[in-house]
Amino acid sequence: MWKWLHPYAKAETAYNLCYRLLPYFSWLAAITLIAGSIWGLLYAPADYQQGDSFRIIYFHVPTAIWSMGAYTSMAICGMVGIVWQIKNAELAVYAIAPVGAAFTFLALVTGAVWGKPMWGAWWVWDARLTSELILLFLYLGVIALYNSFEDKRTAARAASILAIVGVVNVPIIHYSVEWWNTLHQGASITKFDKPSISPDMLWPLLLNIAGFLFILAAITCLRLANQILINDARRPWVKALVEQSSTEATSLVKGK
Amino acid sequence: MQFNSFTEVLAMGGYGAYVWSSVAIVFAVLLMLIVHSCTAKNRTLRLLRIEQERADKISQAKVANAQALFDKK
Repeated sequence: MWKWLHPYAKAETAYNLCYRLLPYFSWLAAITLIAGSIWGLLYAPADYQQGDSFRIIYFHVPTAIWSMGAYTSMAICGMVGIVWQIKNAELAVYAIAPVGAAFTFLALVTGAVWGKPMWGAWWVWDARLTSELILLFLYLGVIALYNSFEDKRTAARAASILAIVGVVNVPIIHYSVEWWNTLHQGASITKFDKPSISPDMLWPLLLNIAGFLFILAAITCLRLANQILINDARRPWVKALVEQSSTEATSLVKGK
Repeated sequence: MQFNSFTEVLAMGGYGAYVWSSVAIVFAVLLMLIVHSCTAKNRTLRLLRIEQERADKISQAKVANAQALFDKK
């Protein structure tokens, strides 16, 4: 039943799949992000308590959600790589990490910029904020660990183990607003309840959440394709690509 | 639209500096990430090309060396 998956373990097939998916993810990301941002910033009604400062939610919540989502998928890739020895999964760990780190950084920064007018402080050592900061350090740890080994198989294994161990932090971030007294507000959208925010505000938020997911997917495709290329540098199909790029480069020079 | 004029959009009910600075940093970081990821393939190909050229030169030199040794004998 799962046999259709097998060819994708081959580097070249996975590389081509990345570039086949890329345009779909890119266009979906562009459309949803532009629509969601304009709707959220200009057309959504102002909050009755927070006024227009609440519009930061349209960037804060999506980056925060996908900082955790990216981490979880990175850890799953690490698990797949370690258990089934699938090289593409190991490469995906290193492909996702920078995107996740950027999202975490953005969630922290937009949170600080939102916190200043609402709480009166850029930063408080509160459970939600601290655990999200730890997530950033985990991402940076995965990236640094991968880069600190000459042998990339060892590097991928070490980085995967760190990613798997660090996944314990994800539920801590998620439940931190329930487990501890915190300044951070509770969830605005939950899966099972009616959302606690009005539909006029919710739709642009959902659009941006989708948009950040698509951009995460698009950038991961690009970076994974590049990692596959580096990893397979000695293989004939990569050599053919290099050959092709060098003839293109020389024809460009000659054209001048 | 919630705002009547462009200045009102910029002001964001007094929170303009906070809202627009966060918008700016989000799109700046996204743009940096996109540019870095889009140029990655070219960087890799250039690196591999240089490596390939170097390997070709080394093997050519080896052949020339062997030829020279052979000619001497």
